[in-house]
Amino acid sequence: MDASNYLYISALLFTIGAVGVVVRRNAIVVFMCIELMLNAANLSLVTFSRINGNLDGQVMAFFTMVVAACEVVVGLAIIVAIYRSRRSASVDDASLLKR
Amino acid sequence: MMQLALEVGQTATPEAVMFWILGPLSVVAALGMLLVKKAVHSAILMAFVMVVLAIFYIAQDAVFLGIVQVVVYTGAVMMLFLFILMLVGVDTSDSLTETISGLRPIAITAAIGFGGLMVALLGRATLGRDAVGLSAANANGNVEGIAFALFSTYVFPFEVVSALLITAAMGAMVLAHSQRITARPTQRQLSINRFRGKSLGTAAGLPGPGVYARHNAVDVPALLPDGTPAPSSVNASLEARGDMLDYKSFDLAEVNTQIEEEK
Repeated sequence: MDASNYLYISALLFTIGAVGVVVRRNAIVVFMCIELMLNAANLSLVTFSRINGNLDGQVMAFFTMVVAACEVVVGLAIIVAIYRSRRSASVDDASLLKR
Repeated sequence: MMQLALEVGQTATPEAVMFWILGPLSVVAALGMLLVKKAVHSAILMAFVMVVLAIFYIAQDAVFLGIVQVVVYTGAVMMLFLFILMLVGVDTSDSLTETISGLRPIAITAAIGFGGLMVALLGRATLGRDAVGLSAANANGNVEGIAFALFSTYVFPFEVVSALLITAAMGAMVLAHSQRITARPTQRQLSINRFRGKSLGTAAGLPGPGVYARHNAVDVPALLPDGTPAPSSVNASLEARGDMLDYKSFDLAEVNTQIEEEK
């Protein structure tokens, strides 16, 4: 089986994640779409590692996972803090800079 | 079990069967994430996509990453997401209505362009060669290979990442901590606020849902002594979810008050 099939799936998942970030309004769903984009990037890193026959891609994917875990922790804390002060998890409601 | 997964990855046909079943399913689940209304359903679909990706990793001889994907993403990250969903609750932002006019067509057009670009670009990543495969790199075992790379070539990034993890934990604690900036109201203060507030209507507290109404389910608003329904007696999250029964149908004026004699 051609390894680049995994790359196509990864490109599709990344694109779907990007659309989700733009289209959805609930901050938590937006955040899950960002996670989907990170995961898609990981899939292509693992596939690159297989194509090139060394483990560097897998180590990169490992680092991406660690950074993604940090990002989730901080991002969800920010969502909870915003929800506490504004009583809303919609990304449209946090618009103080616009006014 | 792990040996079995490795064999599936190394023989060509079973991997293709696995790929053509799970690949389209993962794309459908990811699309469903965008299209379903409730955030909880999005989270479940996201967990499915992550499990599929873990299977893809294992099939591509990245056993360690496959296990880490299940443990870290579906185990920790998705549970954190569900936990925060539970804290934040059901929200009107779940609705799929477009708030910025014309955003959706532009987003979809841009996505088709971007996706086409990515597919065209990534399709050339193999440069027409066959994949080398990881059987040589994994000769001493996948975990040993990654550990060797991590503690030799990548030891400095590894240490930096540990600092990042500690900083993130501290940041989350600081962000999630809420300091009380006013004194806690005493019982006396609460009582004064209740009676000197805007109206005396709620001075004695709100009735529970269903009080004096035709049935006492939680989604039925209570009837006040004058017969008017009190929608504020129903939990606000039921109202936000659209699960509250229409209180106008409980107005006493519309209920047939004729008593029929039963035999």
